[in-house]
Amino acid sequence: MSLPAHLTAPVLWTMAAVLAALALATALAARRRARDPEGARELWLRVRSWWVMVAVFAVAVLLGPRASIVFLAFVSYLALKEYLSLIPTRRADRRVLFWAYLAIPVQYWWVADAWYGMFVIFIPVYMFLLLPARMVLAGETRGFLRAAGTLHWGLMSTVFALSHAAYLLALPPEGNPAGGRAGLLLYLVLLTELNDVAQYVWGRLLGRRPVVPRVSPRKTLEGLAGGVATTVALAVLLAPWLTPLAPLEALGAGLLIGLGGFAGDVTLSAVKRDIGVKDSGTLIPGHGGVLDRVDSLTYSAPLFFHYVFYLHY
Amino acid sequence: MSSTSTTEADGPAPLAQALFFALVVRPLVLVVLGLNVRGRERLPRRGPAVLVANHNSHLDTLILMSLYPLRALRRLRPAAAADYFLRTRWLAWFARRVMGIVPVARGAARGADPLAGAEAALARGEILILYPEGTRGEPERLARFKGGVARLAERHPQVPFHPVYIHGAGKALPKGEALLVPFFCDVLVGEPLRWNGSRRAFREALEARMRALAAEGGFPPWE
Repeated sequence: MSLPAHLTAPVLWTMAAVLAALALATALAARRRARDPEGARELWLRVRSWWVMVAVFAVAVLLGPRASIVFLAFVSYLALKEYLSLIPTRRADRRVLFWAYLAIPVQYWWVADAWYGMFVIFIPVYMFLLLPARMVLAGETRGFLRAAGTLHWGLMSTVFALSHAAYLLALPPEGNPAGGRAGLLLYLVLLTELNDVAQYVWGRLLGRRPVVPRVSPRKTLEGLAGGVATTVALAVLLAPWLTPLAPLEALGAGLLIGLGGFAGDVTLSAVKRDIGVKDSGTLIPGHGGVLDRVDSLTYSAPLFFHYVFYLHY
Repeated sequence: MSSTSTTEADGPAPLAQALFFALVVRPLVLVVLGLNVRGRERLPRRGPAVLVANHNSHLDTLILMSLYPLRALRRLRPAAAADYFLRTRWLAWFARRVMGIVPVARGAARGADPLAGAEAALARGEILILYPEGTRGEPERLARFKGGVARLAERHPQVPFHPVYIHGAGKALPKGEALLVPFFCDVLVGEPLRWNGSRRAFREALEARMRALAAEGGFPPWE
């Protein structure tokens, strides 16, 4: 039986392994739930939401690069919408926000079109110039700089940064015989999410010294170190299956994803603390909002992309 | 417009309504916008009951009706201004048959009862959606309630009035705007209130509960 061009056997095996791991986690959660239904409520919700997220992501990957790009564009849409609903926006900028949303299909079009030069400057240059000019037409100068700044920050994080995950699919598959088109995306997303989980688990087990006490008091040095070590180990282990990275390069990728993921997580924490909310939304039961789930990816995706791009493409 | 009273005959057309909500309203409200609902378990499952909500946008009714399953739709009856929603034949058909409105005659002549349609709906055991501010008004601002809601409570002392505060719809589609800009909308459902013996006290209690829900959300002003 031959596989469709975008999939390779290691990609499918990795997905099967993820499902097996999730089944194991579900069994453990179910045991805890049987003993203590109230105490395990949050954990149970979280595991259930993982099933939904893994299923949706897996279907998008299996359907092919086009579907995955559309899926990631939709994730950008949800994340930007959550961000714009969270921050104070100005009444005068209502239509400006509409233009900001339009950046999503355009940015992901460059991805689907594999036009790297445009992909990499469209938001940092053209949207950066366009939106303030459109705001001038609205004519309100009070709070102008703040509004322009917050809007651009949101577009950079939720659209520009996340679209780097999608651009992994636009890289020529010859560069990655083991993982094909989907391998790098799976590698990045899997490691970023496992890094979140590993940092949380190590923090719960050993955590004592807070890293950034004023932003996120429950993030500890022990959690960070344990999480990054776990991520590096997995990065080296999975690299020959999913990526063109040599072992030493994979070690670097693991470090980038582990530390970048942490940075993304605490950066969003600082934003939420500034606004005065705990979660960015309620869309994903047990996790919070979409931003709460993709915050690490907003850092790890561009870091990982440029690392691989420089080394192998 | 010959009559503003409602009978079963000009109530919602179940198939048209279910199709419109399944294919248009739900994707719009749940995917394009997205809801954060607090206190969903406090919503009345069956009538007679009244949902009392703040009103900033045409989206408000679509959002409230999306909180219920499709098969419950025809029991939900938004009270809507007859002068606005029945002004053309097509709009009137849509308002009555698809949205299932009960028309309210704003500024009705003396002697006429503007809330007759609403009362009939309660008598049929339906769930009435009422906007006591009377109009959509300034986006994301709560206006004083008009007197109709208290008169309705006085005549139906056993009916629960459920306060529902909606935030975000006025940003997404304010009055006078045709371009929808997506925002997540928050819906906060409060504890129900029943007739307490005085029109003024009832209105004020309802307003206070609505303000408390708004404060619970802690939404920044939209300026």
